[in-house]
Order: sequence, then C-alpha cells, then structure tokens
Amino acid sequence: MFARALEMLQRRDGGRILAGLIGKLGSIELAEEALQDAFTAALERWPVDGVPMNPAAWLTTVAQRRGLDRLRYERRRPQAGAEVLAALADPGADATPYAADSAHFDLPDERLRLIFTCCHPALAPASQVALALHTLCGLTTREIARAFVEPEATTAQKLVRAKAKIARAGIPYEVPPADALPARLAAVLAVVYFLFNEGYTAAAGETLVRPDLCVEAVRLARAISELMPGQAEAHGLLALLLFHDSRRTARVDSSGALVPLEEQDRAQWRRPLIDEARVLLERAIAQRAAGPYQLQAAIAALHAEARRAADTDWVQIAGLYGRLLRLQPSPVVELNAAVAYALAFSLEEGLRWIEAIEARGVIEKYHLLHAARADLLRRQGQRDAARACYASALERTGNQAERRYLAARIAALV
Amino acid sequence: MQYMLLIYGDEKLWREMSEFEIKQTMQAYVEFSRELAASGALRGGSELQPVASATTVRVRNGKPLVCDGPFAETKEQLGGYYLIDVPDLDAAIHWAAKIPSALHGSIEIRPQTANQALNQV
Repeated sequence: MFARALEMLQRRDGGRILAGLIGKLGSIELAEEALQDAFTAALERWPVDGVPMNPAAWLTTVAQRRGLDRLRYERRRPQAGAEVLAALADPGADATPYAADSAHFDLPDERLRLIFTCCHPALAPASQVALALHTLCGLTTREIARAFVEPEATTAQKLVRAKAKIARAGIPYEVPPADALPARLAAVLAVVYFLFNEGYTAAAGETLVRPDLCVEAVRLARAISELMPGQAEAHGLLALLLFHDSRRTARVDSSGALVPLEEQDRAQWRRPLIDEARVLLERAIAQRAAGPYQLQAAIAALHAEARRAADTDWVQIAGLYGRLLRLQPSPVVELNAAVAYALAFSLEEGLRWIEAIEARGVIEKYHLLHAARADLLRRQGQRDAARACYASALERTGNQAERRYLAARIAALV
Repeated sequence: MQYMLLIYGDEKLWREMSEFEIKQTMQAYVEFSRELAASGALRGGSELQPVASATTVRVRNGKPLVCDGPFAETKEQLGGYYLIDVPDLDAAIHWAAKIPSALHGSIEIRPQTANQALNQV
C-alpha cells in the first residue's frame, strides 16, 4: 500500500522536489540519489511512524539531509561540495525550512532556474527537452522514450550525457541576467510548449491527457510571463496554454474516448481560464511583436468565442494559419492551414492541398494527416474513401483514446 | 572553474590581411587581454606560431616518432589560447564571445577537469 502511495507521490511531486534539491545541492545526479534515498527511507519509516502531515516536505527535508551526507562523506566533487556546505552552514541561507512552510515549496523559482539550465544552448536541443521532462516533471526514462518514439537506451544515454555536460562544463543553475534572457527565451518556451502537449495528448498509453504535465506547464509558462513582462511571446504562450487547458476536461468523454473540438460540450469549457487567456493575449498583441505563440493563441481565442461549432469564424482562422505558416513553415502547420482553408472556402481545394502535403512524404507517418483528410472526405460524403483514411490514421497512433475515437468513426461509416 | 579558450581560425585569412588590418586585430587583442586581466579571470594565454612550425610526437613500441606538422588537414587551425578562471560556463561564453577571432573563426571552450594533482603542478 505504501509503495503505491509513494509511487503516486513521486509522480505528482517528484519533479518539484527534485528541482528544489538540484538548486540546493548543485548537482542533478546527487539530487536524484538523495531523493531516491528519501523514498527508501519513507518506505521504511512511514509504516512505523505514520504518514507525515506534508509528505512532500518530509521527503524534501530528508533528501536534503541525505544529499549533504553524501557530499560530506563521498566528496565526489570536492570544490563544489565545499561551496554548497558553506552556503548551507550559513543560517541565513536556509531560514525558511521546507517543513514549516508548504507555500514556500510551491514557489516556482527553483524550477524556473532549472528550466533555464535544461535549455542552455550548450546542450543539444533533443537533450534539452528530455532533461526538462525528466528533472522538472519527473518523467521516467521509459516515459520519455515513448514520447520521442525512441529506444529506452537512447533516452538514457541522452540524459546521462546532458547531466555530465552540466556538471563538467559548469553550466550554471540560474535564471540568466536580463540582457541574456531574450536570446534564451525561445528554447525555454519551446520546452514548456512541448511539456504541455505531452500532457495534452500523451503519445502513447491508456489515457489521452496527463493533467499533471499540463498543470506543470501552465505553472511554468505563468512564471516565465511574470519574469519577462516585456516579451509578448511569453504572454502569448501562457494565453495559448490557458485556452487549451480550458477545454481539457471536455476533450475526453466518460469512456475515455477523444471528443473532437466540433462535438465538445462548450458549456464544459472553463470560462475563467478563457477570460484570463483573452486578457493576456490582448496585452501581448498590444506590444506589437507578433510571433507563433500569439498567432496560435489568437486561433484558439476564435474557437473559444464561437458559441456553437457552426459559428466558428473559419475565414479568420484560415488567415491566421496563413500568417503562422509564413512565420513558421512546417508541414504540420501547413496541414492545419489546409484544413482551415477547406472549412472556410472549399472542401475540394483543401483536400487537394492536403494531398499535396502527403505527396511530399515528410509527415506521411503523422496520424493526424490521415485523420484530417478522412474528416474532409466524410464532409464531402465520400464514405468509402473517408473510412480508408480513418483506418490509415488508426494504424499510426498508439494513444488508446485516439484509437477508440477513430474506430468509432470507421464504424459510423460502415 | 578553469576553462581553456582555444582559438581556431583559418591561417590563410591572416596571410591575406593588409598590414592595417593586422594592426587593428592586434590592437583588439591587446584591449581584450587587458580587459580580461583587469577582471581577474586571466590565468594565461598565448598566440601560437602557424601550424607550419608544428611538430608532432608519438611514442610507438617505446620509440619516439617525430614528424612535421599536425596529423590532419583541417580548414581551421589552433592559433592561440587563453586560460581563464570564472564561476561558470556562462561567464566563459561571455569572454569567448569577446575574443577578436570569434568574429571570423571559432572559440572552443574546454573546462578543466577536477583532477587537482595534475592541475596544480
């Protein structure tokens, strides 16, 4: 029983505790070992002493102590170790013990620092995302490997290399100074966006949504937007995530199947999030520095505004996707632009555009390409062709909720 | 932490520079070195003679083999270095970006190992 509870705790709070420990101990590897020690200690102590009032704080305190012990006795990194020990010996340095104040525990500072470390340009881009998922969100090597569709050994190696580089090259644990922030912002925003997407549509597995990842991504986006009030794209990203998050519960039905935007119960959309997102987006647009996140947020805003799916302003959405495509030319953006064009102007021309994208072969494996084509064919009344395309989409996704949705579509067309 | 800033560039560019350009670059290096020294980070450094003056030594089967030049032909050659002591990689990047040759060549930043037995000799 305790093992299960601890596993859940690890999943929910592991990332946050780890980020705090890394900040304190100055080494990702040491922090991971210390946290592992703390979980082992919990497994021994809690059945005897009872579960503490604030389990996460308990784990943090114990892990911190174990980490210091390891530093003292192993002296693996003599110089850095001495600095950390000196800083912790200073009573002012740790005036607010975690155990006494759980609000302090929620402060995003440590994670903010850590995300800038994970997104340091001296790390390979693919490693940046993997490391952020691992250290900030507590995803296991296996989960990250699944998200990237790569062998577990490859992910493990990426993580080991990135951690070693941070330690050996002396990549600092800090939010960079103000003048260096804008240059580092793009990578950080990209990682937060990826985190959210991974939570919003888990690449594989039973459930469609991993709410813990979505919540974490929104929290980080909020911290970044507060840190950099002058950066329109930071507000744009937060607005975008809030618009999507407002629909999170409406996207899945009681059986766990995906509900497409068009069929969602719009009364279930969380209005306070939409209102907040709209204010943020307006503030961002007023700064007159357009960017991909603001454009995507503007598209999401148009969807949020439509009282019924039929009221959706596809003409404006198609225009926004056109602008997005010029800023960020990618086959996936182009696919969205083609769908919007089809729904705004002409199903036939939209379909022809999608066929052209498919013919280029770059995203032939992308299941949503086939699902989008199937959807437009269905609207045209081409039942057989639509069914075949839904089947191609079904073959290409590992997410059970999406598979159920696609299977239902095929069944409805028989 | 100590970092080596290894300065790579195309020697041909140097040979093709006008006297005025060479003078300007040297002046930029003098100013950079002064700034680095004034910050307290400078531990050492030097410009190196062109690779044509290089000699490579290997010991094989107990015998030293000496030959002319570097082993591989590359487009950029090591032309000099600085050894600096700064808090972290960001500080090292800050200085590396100010090295005059960073404008056309490249600077490789290599952290020193923590092996004090070797480093303190």
